[in-house]
Formats: sequence, structure tokens, C-alpha cells
Amino acid sequence: MTVRRDQSSQKSGFGRTGHIFVFPYVVFFLLFAAYPLVFSLILVFHRWNIVTPMEWVGFKNFVRLLNDPLFAKAIGNTLLFLAVHIPLQIVVALLFALLLNTRIAARGAFRAIFFLPVVVSGVVVTILWQQVYAYDNGILNAIALSLGLPRVPWIIDPSMAMPSIALMATWKNVGIYIVLFLVGLQNIPKELYESASLDGADSIRRFFYITIPMLNPSMILVVVLSTIGGFSLFIEPYVMTGGGPMQSTLSAMLYIYNQAFYFGHMGYAATLGFVFAVMILAVVLLQKRLLEREAVVA
Amino acid sequence: MKTLGRYILLFSGGVIFAYPFLWMAVGALKPEAEIHDLALWSSHLSLASLEKVFAKVPLARSFLNSVIVSAFTTLSVIFFGSMVGYALAKLQFKGRQVLYAAILFTMMVPFQLTLIPQYILIVKLGLTDSYLGLIAPTMMSALSIVIFRQFFLGIPDALLDAARIDGCSELRILFRVVWPLARPTVLTVAILTFMTSWNEVLWPLLVVRERSLMTMPQLVTIFVTGGEAETQLGVQLAAATMLALPVTILYAFFQRYFIDSMVSTGLKG
Repeated sequence: MTVRRDQSSQKSGFGRTGHIFVFPYVVFFLLFAAYPLVFSLILVFHRWNIVTPMEWVGFKNFVRLLNDPLFAKAIGNTLLFLAVHIPLQIVVALLFALLLNTRIAARGAFRAIFFLPVVVSGVVVTILWQQVYAYDNGILNAIALSLGLPRVPWIIDPSMAMPSIALMATWKNVGIYIVLFLVGLQNIPKELYESASLDGADSIRRFFYITIPMLNPSMILVVVLSTIGGFSLFIEPYVMTGGGPMQSTLSAMLYIYNQAFYFGHMGYAATLGFVFAVMILAVVLLQKRLLEREAVVA
Repeated sequence: MKTLGRYILLFSGGVIFAYPFLWMAVGALKPEAEIHDLALWSSHLSLASLEKVFAKVPLARSFLNSVIVSAFTTLSVIFFGSMVGYALAKLQFKGRQVLYAAILFTMMVPFQLTLIPQYILIVKLGLTDSYLGLIAPTMMSALSIVIFRQFFLGIPDALLDAARIDGCSELRILFRVVWPLARPTVLTVAILTFMTSWNEVLWPLLVVRERSLMTMPQLVTIFVTGGEAETQLGVQLAAATMLALPVTILYAFFQRYFIDSMVSTGLKG
């Protein structure tokens, strides 16, 4: 009986301590998560520049968005970015992960070098790649000229600028995905390969029938994280091209930034943010479903 | 033969990832006319470009600002993150499930949705152009709470009960008994938070206009895009090199934790 009372008093004591422990977070959550979430749903129905009073405009922001050529442009640019970035990221990361997953010397050193661009600020990487891509005497064009090839208009040709930024983003982030694939590769049971070899499967078959299907969880992660990254692309076009040439590198995030802080259109910027957020969630859910189903079929 | 091919591929990869950084660091020290050489050496290395950067913008002050903001954010995230993580893993209290669900939910919400309202909140609280305005929205992080909770779940209750019988308070148990066991987790979360905070540039661009309060990546961004660097390439590379240096030094010492921390962000997926 006494034991029991002890336990129950201890339990309620835990309850109080628990509440004290989480109280600061609850305050933080209300201020910086719940309030912004609710407020964004109010903002999308208003015209507001922060200074003058808010003005109710109903669904006008959404109507404007549907007829806004720059909104369509930003979506198109983001999709182009993803179309180049995701496949490139997967191929390069998988190649290096497979190479690092063999018995070779200096594995740690190679991994450390591939990971270096990940830890360095995107600002640094972009300033650097401006010189890699520079038309007159950039690193890549200097190499091209010395090989007798013509100069490439990496970031001054509107049709090439976004793919060039996607290539740079791949260089910056691929280290993360190499490591994620390495973890995935190390989780594949060795017996699978052994029994497949006994059954006469060559290395190409083993790769497509064992490695790729078994890597599915890592693959989903790579696709999802790259997609979120693509929709968040900001500092790279901001520093490198300012969204140009001819709005060809205007990213979703850069457009929100311009509407809010260049034009002071808070309501419209919040509407853009809302729609992009819904798109991100929809795309990510769709990717997960497609990739997970593929895994079941394989 | 096969091994040789592997080494050639890996080595070319190493060059592709390392060469641009080396070119940048050496370019910061080269005279302007030689920067466009692809060579990683010059007989005329000097600190002239670096001196120009320091003369034009308050880079040292921005370094200090970045240290203050990143250090404070990191301490706050590991302190509060481990408290909430501990409560969720080891304490019984009313609303625990609801809170955990709310934390998982905030991890799913894209920041594009909350950025503008968060900015307006900071404006209305009068926190623009202040350290608190820079730090406040990242003082706690849902991801860190989830990482801590995950680790604390694996700590045996018997250990905690033993400490309780000795009369330890829960706060003491967390920081004196659990933290020493969780050192790698604490370090991983700390590195992840510090790196993210150090490299953050969008938020400072929004809330800070005053030069003396700008963080380092922000100041370098404005320096390079705002025309102050003019067309002097050496000066731009010098600014970029100074910005890259602190994190690179930390990375040299804590490489494993940097890599682990990025793997743990996989939880977001």
C-alpha cells in the first residue's frame, strides 16, 4: 500500500517536472510555429505592406497568382532545376558511394574531401562558381579553350543558367548523398550477393536486381531532400545571377523574397509561400508513393 | 586493373571537389593580374586583397556577430532540445502524445509557409536589427528534440531510478547522469546547429539592415552583390575565403560529427 502511494506521488511529481521541462518549448512553439501558421492563413486574404492597415481582398491574391507570368516562370525554373539536379545527384552520389564501399586506401580522406562543399556556406560556393562559370576567363572556359573547344555561356545564356546552377548545387550537396548511399549500401546483407553469384548473376545483374532495389530507402531520401532543397533554392541565384538572365534563374524562394522585401507585398508573398508549401508537400508525398510502390514491384 | 580504375575515378573526384577551394584560397593572395591562371602558386603572394576587404567592410565585427549568434543558438538548442527530448522519452505528463505529434508536425511544415509571418512577428516585436531577432526563431528545433528523444529512449530506466533514489532532481539527472552518456549525440546536434546557423543568410538579410549587426555570410553577400567589391576579383575571393575558414577549421577537427549530423537530418525525409 505504501509502495503504491509512493509510486503515484512520484508519478504526479514527474508530471509537474515534465510540464516544467517542456514549458519553454510550448511558448516557443506557440510564438514561432503555431502563430505564423495561423497568421499565414489570414495573410493570404489580405493586401498589406506592414506599415498601413491590412486590407481584406478575399481570393484576389490567388487570382493574381494564377495570372502571374513570374509565378509560372518560378515554378518552371524550379522544375527545370529539379529535372537536372535530381538525376545528376543520384548518379554521381551512387557512383562515388559504390567506389568508397570497396576496399581501398584513404577512404576517409576521399569522403572528407567530397563532403567539404557541404559544410561551407552557399555564399562561398556561389562566389567561387561565379569564377568557375565566368565567360571570358572562368576556370571551365579556360580549360575549354586550352583543349581547343569554344567558350560555353554557362550563366549568361538564359537556357543554360538554371541547369548550370543545378550543376553547382550538385557539386555542393553531393557529399550528403554519398554518405546516405554509403549507409544504405552497408545495410545490404552480403549473403544476397553471394547467393546471386552462385546462381550465376554477373555484376551488372547484381547491381540492378539487388543493389538498386535494396537502396530504395536511401533513394527516397535523396529524392525528397533534393526536392525540398530545390524549392528552397535562394542564395545561389541571389548572389550569382540575381534571378536573371531574363528571369531564367528566378527560383520560388527568390520570388517570395522579391515580392515581400523588394515590393513590400506581404499578403501576396504569403500567398506564394502558401502555394509553394502545398506544392512541396504534394510533390514529396507523390514521390514517396511512387518510389515505395516501385520497391514493392521490384 | 579494376582497382586502378577506381583510384583514377576517386582521385579525379577529389580534384574536382578540392581544386576550386584551393584556387580560391590562393587567388585571395595572388595579385589581380594572375588570378585567372589555373596555377595554384604565384611568386607574388601578398595580403593586399585581404587588407582591402577589412578596410572596406567591418569583417571582424561580422565574424564576432556570427560567433555570438551561432554559439547562443547552439547552446539554446542543445539545452532546451535535450530537456524536451528527455521529458518526451522518460517523464510521464499530461499532453505528452499531443506535444510529440505537434513537434513531428512542425518538422513537416515547409519554411516557405512560415517565413513571412515570422518576419512580421519579429518586426511587430521590435526585434529587427538585434541579436535576439536573429536568434529567436531558431532557439529551439523540432529536429534536435526528435534526435535527443530517440537517444534517451535507449537509456535504461533502472539507471534513472537509481539516481532518483539518491535524491537527484530530474534536472540534475538529465545534465549529470544522462548528458555524459549522450556526449556524441549532444556533439552531433551542436555541430549541426552551429553549421546551419553559421551558414544561414536568408534570415539575417531580412531582419538586419544595420551594418554593425550583420553576420559574416550576410556581410560578404552584400559586399559581393552590392558593388562594393567593384570588379576586383581578388577582394571577392578574399572575402569568400575568410567566410569559409572558420567552418573549415572546425570541420578538420570534428569531421566525423559533421558527417553524422548530416545523416541525422535524413530524419526530416
